[in-house]
Amino acid sequence: MGLQRVVRSSIIDAPIDRVWSILRDFNSHDQWHSVVAQSEIEDNQYSDRVGCVRNFTLADGNHIREMLISLSDKDYISTYTIIDATVPLIRYVATVSLKPVTDGNRTFWHWASSFEAPPGIETQLRDMVAHGVYEAGFSNLKSFLSSGQLHNRSVETNKQASATGLSIQANAIRIRDYGLPTVMQYEAVTVPPPAFGEIRIRQTAVGVNYLDIYLRKGWIPDFLPLPGTPGMEAAGEVIDVGPGVTSLLPGDRIVYMSPVPGSYTTVRNVSVSSTTRIPPGISDQVAAALLLKGVTADYLIRDLGHVKKNTRLLVHAAAGGVGQLICAWANSLGALVIGTVSTQEKAKIAREHGCHHVVVSKNYQFSDAVHSICQGADVIIDGLGEEAREENFAALAKCGHWISLGQATGSINEISPHWLIQKSISFSRPVVFDYVSTQELLNERAQRIWKAYFDGVLKNPAYEEFDLQDAYLAHEKLEARLSTGSLLLKIR
Amino acid sequence: MIQVYTSSVIDTTAEAVWLRVRDFNALPIWHPSIADSRIENNQPSDRIGCVRYFHLRDGGLIRERLLALSDYDFTCSYSILESPMEVENYVATLKLTPVTDGGRCFAEWSAEFDCAPSRESELSQLIGQGVFQVGFDALKRYFASRR
Repeated sequence: MGLQRVVRSSIIDAPIDRVWSILRDFNSHDQWHSVVAQSEIEDNQYSDRVGCVRNFTLADGNHIREMLISLSDKDYISTYTIIDATVPLIRYVATVSLKPVTDGNRTFWHWASSFEAPPGIETQLRDMVAHGVYEAGFSNLKSFLSSGQLHNRSVETNKQASATGLSIQANAIRIRDYGLPTVMQYEAVTVPPPAFGEIRIRQTAVGVNYLDIYLRKGWIPDFLPLPGTPGMEAAGEVIDVGPGVTSLLPGDRIVYMSPVPGSYTTVRNVSVSSTTRIPPGISDQVAAALLLKGVTADYLIRDLGHVKKNTRLLVHAAAGGVGQLICAWANSLGALVIGTVSTQEKAKIAREHGCHHVVVSKNYQFSDAVHSICQGADVIIDGLGEEAREENFAALAKCGHWISLGQATGSINEISPHWLIQKSISFSRPVVFDYVSTQELLNERAQRIWKAYFDGVLKNPAYEEFDLQDAYLAHEKLEARLSTGSLLLKIR
Repeated sequence: MIQVYTSSVIDTTAEAVWLRVRDFNALPIWHPSIADSRIENNQPSDRIGCVRYFHLRDGGLIRERLLALSDYDFTCSYSILESPMEVENYVATLKLTPVTDGGRCFAEWSAEFDCAPSRESELSQLIGQGVFQVGFDALKRYFASRR
């Protein structure tokens, strides 16, 4: 991580005291800077009190908390530092300083900062700070001074929303019969303009999930009527937005997870409520590899498992896409993490992601091992299903919570209360989309995922890419239990 | 202590302005009020401590010592050793800063000095406008004519 430095400056056609009256107010940005949607000073402090903290909600949903560390009415200087943010600006210190241009009664405005950035995204972050924040700030303040109001966002939205409005030719995977991976055919399709509340996306990376295999096999036919396109998540760029959509603009980078399948395609429409913005510093591939799996890990650990320090957690398929995330996240919360995998190679991967004990078993025999490690699991996250049913029951501690996530070996049928009562067991069968039923919930979970990623809790997810037309190869690999990490379909 | 501060915006890069003003012996080339100049004792003009010996167009002799020169910050500071202005403890700084918005140059020229109280406003006007602003205006004209 090298030290990054950004310096931008401009001349404002107003006397220095006029410009300073706005910039010295540490709480004024939401009135003049288009990047900042909301600003407030914490603890009801004065905005010119050194040490006060402002809390920004950015227009893109990110959050930044900054502390005022020096303010000078003598030298027209304000210095501040980021103390907490959902964008990866590390040790960010910035200085705004003004000087009078005596020749013409104007103002020289100098805005400079230094910070560290995660490797590989230094340029992207420098550009974001330089153009998105500082230069945008110069032009926003100029129009604020000349018109007395914030740069008008709605005009821009309307103009760009009407940019297209025609159908777009695209390519998609289509299924006409349920069955083997080869039922997935690559075909030309037409994507109409986005309807009310929808956005049209040019996709770049599609996340492959085990659920896609269930849909292809026809296990949940109500979910994927034929003919249909599978796939629940993807990342890409907004092409255009439908009526009623004000939160996104063409060109915005987004990732979505939708309960309506159809992501195995180059272009599609989705409801804006199933989308969330990709923050700077996260690639489309990482976003597509992380969103649905990360949301799954988040609600399993937080909402259902109540995983905390010393929780004895048993995770099946611990080296898989979701398994890796659960191991890493639960480990960071202080849980005792036990994982099951099918090979020694996968055991190594699970350990690398924070799994404390790994049980290698090809025939779903693990309960004895769990009991010798910790006398039974408090929480089991079970993607195995029917064939491991007795072993899971045996592996649970009293009052344990059995969360049945998937059905890799077939659906668990006939869970009887008389059976559960023997150990006071709770049994859950959740569906991920119920845990992101509103865009607020999705954003909240996504923010936690990005933060865990930037904090290093969730490592750079390992992913393997296939061409969209080769989706069947990805399914074959996932079903054969040959994959570790996430599988993505890439769109050239 | 009297302080004088003059600043301006020149429509070319700070690097280009610095090339023109960096040479401590170059005042007659770019400042219209200066008639001639030389560096005493055959010193190089960017050696800190060197003294420039020059005449104003009205004949007055001024000697100034180079106190600081920074090619990194585009800054030059100097003090007056001898002049007809009857000022004491005179230290001046010329500083250039890039304006990234438009590739322009923000130029500042400031001075601090002591003088008889009755002459404060006359000298402030003479130095701030008659010397500094006149210099900036000449630079603006020069670079405007070269575009």
